Amino acid sequence: MSRRLTVGPFNRVEGDLEVTLDVEDGRVAAARVNSPLYRGFEQMLVGKHPLDALVVVPRICGICSVAQSAAAAAALADASGLAMPDNGRLAHKLILAGENLADHLTHFYLFFMPDFARAQYAGRPWHAAVERRFRATTGEAVRELLPARADFLRLIGYLAGKWPHSLALQPGGTTRAVTPTEKVRLLAVLRDFRAFLEGPLFGDALENVAALATPDALRAWGTARSSDFAAFLAVAADLRLDMLGRAGDLFLSHGAYGRSADCLFARGVWEQGIAQLAPFDAALVAEDVSHAWLAGGAPLPPLHGETQPLAGGGLNDCAEKPAAYSWCKAPRYEGRVAETGALARQAVDGHPLARALLAEAGGGNVEARVVARLLEVARLLPAMEEWVRALAPGAPFCAQWTLPDEAQGVGLVEAARGALGHWLRIERGRIAGYQIVAPTTWNFSPRDAAGTPGALEQALVGLPVGADEKTPLAVQHVVRSFDPCMVCTVH
Amino acid sequence: MGATTAAAPLRLLWFQASGCGGCTQSLLGAESRAGVFAQLAASGIELVFHPAVSEASGDEFLALLADAAAGRRPFDILCVEGALLRGPQGSGRFHLLSGSGRPVIDWVRELAAQARYVLAIGTCTAFGGINAAGDNVTEACGLQFDGEAPGGLLGERFRAASGLPVINVAGCPTHPGWVVDTLLSIAAGALGADDLDAWQRPRFYAEQLVHHGCAKNEFYEFKASAQKHSDLGCLMENMGCKGTQAHADCNLRAWNGVGSCIRGGFACIACTEPGFEEPGHPFMETPKVAGIPIGLPIDMPKAWFVALAALSKSATPKRVRENSRADHPVVAPALGKGRPK
Repeated sequence: MSRRLTVGPFNRVEGDLEVTLDVEDGRVAAARVNSPLYRGFEQMLVGKHPLDALVVVPRICGICSVAQSAAAAAALADASGLAMPDNGRLAHKLILAGENLADHLTHFYLFFMPDFARAQYAGRPWHAAVERRFRATTGEAVRELLPARADFLRLIGYLAGKWPHSLALQPGGTTRAVTPTEKVRLLAVLRDFRAFLEGPLFGDALENVAALATPDALRAWGTARSSDFAAFLAVAADLRLDMLGRAGDLFLSHGAYGRSADCLFARGVWEQGIAQLAPFDAALVAEDVSHAWLAGGAPLPPLHGETQPLAGGGLNDCAEKPAAYSWCKAPRYEGRVAETGALARQAVDGHPLARALLAEAGGGNVEARVVARLLEVARLLPAMEEWVRALAPGAPFCAQWTLPDEAQGVGLVEAARGALGHWLRIERGRIAGYQIVAPTTWNFSPRDAAGTPGALEQALVGLPVGADEKTPLAVQHVVRSFDPCMVCTVH
Repeated sequence: MGATTAAAPLRLLWFQASGCGGCTQSLLGAESRAGVFAQLAASGIELVFHPAVSEASGDEFLALLADAAAGRRPFDILCVEGALLRGPQGSGRFHLLSGSGRPVIDWVRELAAQARYVLAIGTCTAFGGINAAGDNVTEACGLQFDGEAPGGLLGERFRAASGLPVINVAGCPTHPGWVVDTLLSIAAGALGADDLDAWQRPRFYAEQLVHHGCAKNEFYEFKASAQKHSDLGCLMENMGCKGTQAHADCNLRAWNGVGSCIRGGFACIACTEPGFEEPGHPFMETPKVAGIPIGLPIDMPKAWFVALAALSKSATPKRVRENSRADHPVVAPALGKGRPK
């Protein structure tokens, strides 16, 4: 028996998402992912002063606004060959890490875990405890997380004035130097947040979590303690979340926190089953519009990309392009689908646990994506403590940018949810082209000209759908495991 | 103690149109001992639904929304977050509500007609905001304004069931305190038509200037101006700062506990004002005519401003001048002789 199911809107997902499922014999046979919103940011930037991008691009996304700023600043710096002073580089890393850490926790506590508090799971042995702790908006963990998160965001308050939508991140560094006392206070902010992480979230030292190297060690660790992460591991084991949501075999990371040569998490492309890490080459990225309501022919590299909506856009039977079903382009790396995000970042970086979880399940999955995110939390905060200690008040924070008349630049960063790239062309001192490839553009892309489905479209195939389910739970778990940000996708 | 009947909580429905979600992210950072949801609940506001945080999804959510829009499920407060996209050609097809096949603007019109209070959360929802930048290809507008022009999606004459027009909690993003104070004022019965300014923003924050409480106050007094990014000096003369023209209390109530745009070392871009997204000059440069900024402080006659600026510049203490051009204080204030008098 086959039927077609249109699922949406997905709440606790940043932005607008609709998924069409062809269901056969109780399983998903094919999935199409649609972003039913067009926002036009790339068109809006053309003709503007290049630095105005720093005002516009954070406003693409309220949850990855700093990542957008950082990518724009990096593209502008690349266009003029500008290098940052050490303090500026440290401040950039700290501000981006602050956003990414906050996002990881927002995702875990507010977006992902509440699904397991649902009444549908009432019979499971863990349900009562998970329901008490993670129930949407009223669970006891929400009451602990929000104040801890607000206190932690003071870090960005000090370094960048506010979050979201700061203008502090500039191509040459940051606009805000910190004083010696503020450095002391930043360490205090991190200490408070460490206490939250080592308390309710992990129930263990961050260094111990970061050192977990094998799936067996992880599971033994989980059963030995009671903490929010341990609660997730119990749920994952019971529901076999490791068997849910496998996408492709290619994982891509731009490299995070620092220049490509010395960043904290390495840059590269890692393929499941192949031991060797391949370098990432930005020139191998191209965007396909064969299934998007956008004008264009063959896939284009972002530097020469275009974004022109079709008049019949938004319609399933769009006259100009009947095959189109999304406003999202389909980015491909050497023509291939790639998955990006914390799991890709940790696998590319060679963290043994991330790679072992992939090897054990034969590919990406819901459990591994969530574990990688929290593993990253445990690895990132100690690095932030070092970066704060390395700040040198009195030394410069910002080098001065000069406007090139003609130039091009690429800015590659990692948002919480994966690889974010900005491709910029400047002509006669104005923006002549601006293309953005966002993490969820990779993960939630539609099919390409060869008909190859995007990462989520692949991950949904085979999921169980109950006869009376209209918004299948398994589908929701897989969708949210990517921590999607649709507002970035449909820029 | 005698028996008291608690007033029924006000039921709040949050709806996201075309925005970045940043106003919700900002709201989650509200300073409150047990978080913003607990604070609203304790203040008599029941969060019936919020797309970023509520449990319901897909068909459950669409059913709830259809009931609310048709008047079958009464609610009190509608918060809309994000611009309203009317394009292409007025069809609203640039933004369909997932799973419903219907334009978001149709849903918003129906929901607004059922609400006692309608709040525009953020500048996009109030005026169109960043979505309307450039050629505004998406035909973005606000709920009751299209930029500075009255009208917007709901029309100039729209009034919610309470009799109030749309309450514009403008800001990009909006400050969590502005949203919480507005909601708590409504719950306390303390927000009427007289409490809104001409742009329908709550006066409690819109009748302040960003300049009020600015940490660069002394640099402003002496026109000791920043020359480049990260300089400590006043940002008005060269760096594009509109703090003396923009309405908001950003430097009287901190952002993220400790910050503000200007405290962060960058210009106020007047994000609470209609049309901020197209200032007509690069955001981080001050437009000038004959060396004089064209945007003068609100309420300040130009001739006086020019005269006072010239005078104060010539009177600038060395300490203030040198510090204005450094990224950290290089000269400390002198110690006075004896006690301050």
